Amino acid sequence: MTAPAIEDLLRELTPQVLGALVRRYGRFEGCEDAVQEAVLAAAVQWPAQGLPDNPRGWLTTVASRRLIDQVRSDSARREREEQVWASEVVPDEVPDTDDTLVLLFLCCHPTLTAASQTALTLRAVGGLTTAEIARAFLVPEATLAARISRAKQRVRAAGSRFELPAGPEREERLQVVLHVLYLIFNEGYTASSGTDLDRVDLATEAIRLTRMVHAQLPDDGEVTGLLALMLLTHSRREARTTAGGDLVPLAEQDRTRWDAELIAEGLELAKSSLGGTELGTYQLQAAIAATHAVATDPADTDWRQIHALYLVLERIAPNPMVTLNRAVALAEIEGPEAGLAVLATLDADERMARHHRLLSVRAHLLEMAGDTDGAYENFRSAAKATASIAEQRYLGARARKLRG
Amino acid sequence: MKFLISLHINPAVLDALTDEEKAGLGEGHGRFIQSLKDSGELILTQALVDPSQAAVVRVRNSQPVVTDGPFLEAKEYLGGFYLVDVEDKARAVELASQIPDASIDGLGVEVRQVMFSDGQLEA
Repeated sequence: MTAPAIEDLLRELTPQVLGALVRRYGRFEGCEDAVQEAVLAAAVQWPAQGLPDNPRGWLTTVASRRLIDQVRSDSARREREEQVWASEVVPDEVPDTDDTLVLLFLCCHPTLTAASQTALTLRAVGGLTTAEIARAFLVPEATLAARISRAKQRVRAAGSRFELPAGPEREERLQVVLHVLYLIFNEGYTASSGTDLDRVDLATEAIRLTRMVHAQLPDDGEVTGLLALMLLTHSRREARTTAGGDLVPLAEQDRTRWDAELIAEGLELAKSSLGGTELGTYQLQAAIAATHAVATDPADTDWRQIHALYLVLERIAPNPMVTLNRAVALAEIEGPEAGLAVLATLDADERMARHHRLLSVRAHLLEMAGDTDGAYENFRSAAKATASIAEQRYLGARARKLRG
Repeated sequence: MKFLISLHINPAVLDALTDEEKAGLGEGHGRFIQSLKDSGELILTQALVDPSQAAVVRVRNSQPVVTDGPFLEAKEYLGGFYLVDVEDKARAVELASQIPDASIDGLGVEVRQVMFSDGQLEA
């Protein structure tokens, strides 16, 4: 087995082994460290000595031993230990349950900040090392290690149990899990196009984790919708930047460079996600992405359908960003003035008035309406307001074009 | 999100502090640094030498010209910074308010988001 294949296998086994250990011993914190150590040992030994007959059993055994060593050396804590650690017998056969979901719910505990939920999820469920996660987020390893250890302390202090919450709490927590996966995807999607081969591709990782959740909850419309949204968004990856790293807007992308395979799968999932009675935000966003994906020519885009979907989205989850996007769709149907009228409703919102997205959308619509001066001013203001260099370059170029 | 919290110091204001106040300022920064380390939000912090030690470099006719002293003659100078990685701007502002300088008249604490990073993060 090649080293990359072993790495993939290890990352697939990580949540299963961790789940089995936590189920058996409790103490998520210690188990998580022990599993990381076992995975590191495997990453060193397996490529050299070959794969053990039962890789999952091997990891579970090694991790259990590490955990027992840890507890033994931690005598102060041992006194508080409710478990009896007399036996050193380690199960060769681990129960065949997949605790990926339970782990995800634990990592996305509501007492944690989104940044901590993200880091913990990538490590405990994604099987990434602290160093890999730190590189992906461009922060020092010590910073991320502290964040993860603080997160684990918090989860313990919250007295969370290793089980799926029931009833409405379960639904709420699943929403948090999906949001964290979406954040991970977005982080990878918007990452400045540093071609650092060392960096984990967070977008791909988010898709992998979402596939895991989807395998566990295939009938959940929102899970299916989120996976569809990610695949459809990811399909445009090659087309959305130039070789030089400049942004290419949707209308100008070379659609032959969209990944047809991802689109096919994304469309299938988007369609099947709409089977239930309720519609959630990810299903709607997936439906919008699907509407864009089926237009082989931008001129064929079904803006009426997109506008209708944004209207529903605005009703179930009011959000100024959704209103912005609806304004763009409306401008395509009824002309720029109609879109600008929708934008005007956002000006009262302090935070939005200076937001670079509002400024850039307004600039775009003013340009459509023939107000060159207004468009120029707004593009310039938007370029100042953004924190993304790629976006700043793009908005600056749009402004310069107006001055010919 | 990464933010730079820059500390604009006024040497005259610092000189006017009592020894206890100066010690308190130092301890306050020490506590702040530790809490940032514990929470996993600190990337880097550095303090700069006195502005009188600065040099300004200009290249004219391909020849560098070096002038001693700061680029801008002002009451306040950049004294140091905290580079943090936080959830959002609100959190950066909250952190800035915990810096002792923020409670002293004449010292400035400014928060700005980072838009480009490169280099070795293992300082």
